Amino acid sequence: MSGTPPRLELDALTKRFGAHPAVDSVTLALEPGEFFCLLGPSGCGKSTLLRMIAGFERPSSGRIRLGGRDITGLPPHRRPVNMMFQSYALFPHMRVAGNIAYGLKGMGRSEAAARVAELLRLVRLEGFGDRRPETLSGGQRQRVALARALAREPELLLLDEPLGALDRGLREETQGELRAVQRRLGTAFVVVTHDPEEAMMLADRIGVMEAGRLVQVGPPAELYRRPANRFVAGLLGDVNLLPGRLGPDAAGGARTVQTAHGQVRGIAAAALAEGAAVVVAVRPEDLVFGGTGLPVTVAEATFLGDRLRRTLRLPDGGILRASGRPADADLPPGSQTCAGFAAEAAVILPA
Amino acid sequence: MSEKPRTLFDRLVRLPPFVWLAAFFLLPFAITLKISLSEPATAIPPYLPVLDWRGGLDGWSSFLEALNFDNYATLSADPLYRDAALGSLGYAALASLILVALGTPLAYALARAPSRWQPLLVALVVVPFWTSFLIRVYAWIAILKPEGLLNLVLLRLGLIAEPLTILNTDAAVIIGLVYAYLPFMVLPLYAVMNRLDPALREAAADLGATPTRVFWSVTLPLSLPGIAAGAALCFIPMVGEFVIPDLLGGSETLMLGRVLWTEFFSNRDWPLASAVAVLILAIVIGPVVLFRDSLRSGEGDAP
Repeated sequence: MSGTPPRLELDALTKRFGAHPAVDSVTLALEPGEFFCLLGPSGCGKSTLLRMIAGFERPSSGRIRLGGRDITGLPPHRRPVNMMFQSYALFPHMRVAGNIAYGLKGMGRSEAAARVAELLRLVRLEGFGDRRPETLSGGQRQRVALARALAREPELLLLDEPLGALDRGLREETQGELRAVQRRLGTAFVVVTHDPEEAMMLADRIGVMEAGRLVQVGPPAELYRRPANRFVAGLLGDVNLLPGRLGPDAAGGARTVQTAHGQVRGIAAAALAEGAAVVVAVRPEDLVFGGTGLPVTVAEATFLGDRLRRTLRLPDGGILRASGRPADADLPPGSQTCAGFAAEAAVILPA
Repeated sequence: MSEKPRTLFDRLVRLPPFVWLAAFFLLPFAITLKISLSEPATAIPPYLPVLDWRGGLDGWSSFLEALNFDNYATLSADPLYRDAALGSLGYAALASLILVALGTPLAYALARAPSRWQPLLVALVVVPFWTSFLIRVYAWIAILKPEGLLNLVLLRLGLIAEPLTILNTDAAVIIGLVYAYLPFMVLPLYAVMNRLDPALREAAADLGATPTRVFWSVTLPLSLPGIAAGAALCFIPMVGEFVIPDLLGGSETLMLGRVLWTEFFSNRDWPLASAVAVLILAIVIGPVVLFRDSLRSGEGDAP
């Protein structure tokens, strides 16, 4: 991708409402054709960030560049960026075709009609052009909103909680469709969501936001395996956190951590000084039994079909959660064993 | 609602509006209608026949026989009443048009103002109601008369050489109507515009529409129910308006409200005055029916 400028560049973008920074110095570069997810709890600033890219909010400081061109000062109607709204914002006084054609002003009548037909085909709504938005189901409205937002062939499509208004079954089906449409068009997508599963399912890369700051950016697997802090570790899935003190630097390899129940090894997420208070983050599926490790008592075992979930009690009463294949070691509740994990599966995070 | 079994309480709760309408609208209207079918007389009350409850069935039949449509014949024969009706409709229609033209941008500005300012701004629209309507109309006399405030300012600014004659002309009536009814135009329109989802405007801008196009293609069409409500709310009472044409209009300002007043108080012709009142009602029912239809179509079936 070297040579072509990144599709979207955010440079120390900040938005303050009063003294409170809603978006705090966010810097980010998106590649052309990338499917990017902004993930975070409500109020973390992800929607404000999206609205600044669309032009609805004026940044307090920082720049926005699109394909190398600075668009920070452009009003929304002059930006080659389109947005799909969380509420869809379909015009209730226009038919489906009128909604989709709204952005095609300046195009010839027959040309616009052909484009509308093409878009209706893309979102599998052929024959719905004459319908009124209020006669459509939630899923159909979502697809009209998508078609309308794509009509102008934007360089970048912004989607604000695109699946938030759909019920569960429809949501999974629509995730797949959204992904397929994005692949086919090769348009860069930026999706805002609070649902980690959705983000992992859709995105090439995820940017996790916390309190206005972009705390970590990376592919889903990297964020899951190598979270940068406790917030990211907990956001993307179930995680065990073992507090302890960090051992000496081990020249790039795994480092030791002294916990209350013995020494464990893991990969440090950042340069941390010896003796620092840390937590070791281990995913439930990475815990293995027998051999060496932490002495635990099996408190509970729940059979979930494809996996077996165990609750383990540490000598001090602390709880660990393990998740494994049902055929794994036969450990009924009450049995004592050792729970260990590979050093590469554990991340050492600042406490 | 209608599928649910109605309890006695449900029925009782629904009753007051009907009782209210029956007592303060239907009954007075029936009396007015009856008087409009009577003849003037030098008596108390000044019309005949008067129903004699003690006359029994004979009394009823002679009473009904004495009623006639002479007053309505007079209304249709004398061009004065036709002209007054057309005049009322004309003034009300022109004032309504001006009200829509003035009220729409005003309501839009209110709806788009920062939300913490909106309660204050809406209060300012309503503030004139704290002063008596009559006093406010008299104030316009002081503004519009030849040696009044407006002429004084225009003369001082050198914009005119001689005082303009505005008071006691049609222009003064229209100014008075527009002034008095502006809040009734702005408030319902503001209510509709304020409820519009801001995401609709943003979506339009996002799709490349300039602010002007956003207003004409999204905000205005979706505000039509409010425009219709405001226009009806102003037009209907303006047709029967009496005080404004009487105080600000000239002798040639012909409106039904004024004619009614003259028949009632100057000529002491209660039956003819009642017939004029019934005529005003008949004229006004038209827009009400139209307005109901436009409200229905506004609920999602608009063009």
